[in-house]
Amino acid sequence: MNLEEIKSQIEANVPGCSLEILPNASPSGQHSLLVDPEHALTVASFLRDGASPHFDYCSNVTGIDWPLKETSSKQKTKKIVDGVEKEVEELVKISTGNYLEVVYHLFSQENRQGPLVLRMRTGDRAERVHLPSLTPVWRSAEFQEREVYDLFGIVFDGHPDLRRLLMWEDFTDHPMRKDYVDPDDYEYEPTAHDEVLRRTQAHYAAQEALSGAEEAR
Amino acid sequence: MVATSLQELYNWGRKSSIWPLNFGLACCAIEMIATTMARYDLARFGAEVFRPSPRQADLMIVAGTVTKKMAPQVVRLYNQMAEPKYVISMGACAISGGPFKQGYNVLKGIDRYIPVDVFIPGCPPRPEALLDAFLMLQRKIDEQQLTGPGRPRHLQEEQPSEFVVPQYGQHDLTPTRNDAIWHAPLVNISNAGPNESGRD
Repeated sequence: MNLEEIKSQIEANVPGCSLEILPNASPSGQHSLLVDPEHALTVASFLRDGASPHFDYCSNVTGIDWPLKETSSKQKTKKIVDGVEKEVEELVKISTGNYLEVVYHLFSQENRQGPLVLRMRTGDRAERVHLPSLTPVWRSAEFQEREVYDLFGIVFDGHPDLRRLLMWEDFTDHPMRKDYVDPDDYEYEPTAHDEVLRRTQAHYAAQEALSGAEEAR
Repeated sequence: MVATSLQELYNWGRKSSIWPLNFGLACCAIEMIATTMARYDLARFGAEVFRPSPRQADLMIVAGTVTKKMAPQVVRLYNQMAEPKYVISMGACAISGGPFKQGYNVLKGIDRYIPVDVFIPGCPPRPEALLDAFLMLQRKIDEQQLTGPGRPRHLQEEQPSEFVVPQYGQHDLTPTRNDAIWHAPLVNISNAGPNESGRD
């Protein structure tokens, strides 16, 4: 199974869709296919029914959080300064991330091929977090999309029953996001170390400040 | 003389027919089931009848990971049990949160909400450990005085028989613990590392 072939198959059959192959540099070489959310449902139906081989089974759905990451690097550019062309070093800021990603692993049980890794990205991490649900195409995605909604906060449009799966209804956070702040319940850590020790000490300091304020009253 | 005999009879009756509540939360429940089966046979100690209703049970074996989503139901089941009632906290997760202690969804020990009589460490504990905890509970019941300050909780009017059921909050359970029964153990966290500024 060649990802390039599948990509050209989709492009030939789903007009207007934009696909991108995201390379995987690791020895497994498991490259993935980035699909634009507008055409994702059409692409998914084509992969299941029209493509060769038929991808009739979705084994895994998961989410990834890519927070905004800004890196700066020096780049040499030629500029005209006082009428003379000079090489000037400039700091170029590159910002990557700031989106949520959902990953689907597809298999063809018919031809025993796979996985085909599909990815979709949201617009940002706060407001534009809507993506089309692929549950109408692969029923096995239903609970896993609910889990991604619960833990990452990606809203799947067209999902038949989008509720939280693991946490309770009134819970407002999304625990698998990188910027999730977990509740401060570090009262008792018998073998605290590293991060846990830091949190424990912060907890005790906050408690002392609180009790000190009460005594002063 | 009469009072002593009555107490012995009463305690013997209680300790010899402890009926556990029929519920398990995770893999520890498999060991609990194994304990009741023919090889380990909990029935030898009078606890063969696992009751499906909290109204008929004396003992709650909290066998497994208590998630924050499950904690209110566990406390509510305990509140529904009739006195005298006992709790065995079985396994690393039920006593402290175990490997999930720093997770976002696991309660750091059921003793934050209900009073626990016997803790069993282990992941999961062997059936022998559960039998040992059970015998320890029987000894504990046997030694209880029916009068005086050391009498069991159900004979003390000022002691509660119901405990606060936590509510689902926006970020965590509220309250996060029952301060009437759970106090953070005093731990010298400076023991953790030589260069850390800890507390005594």
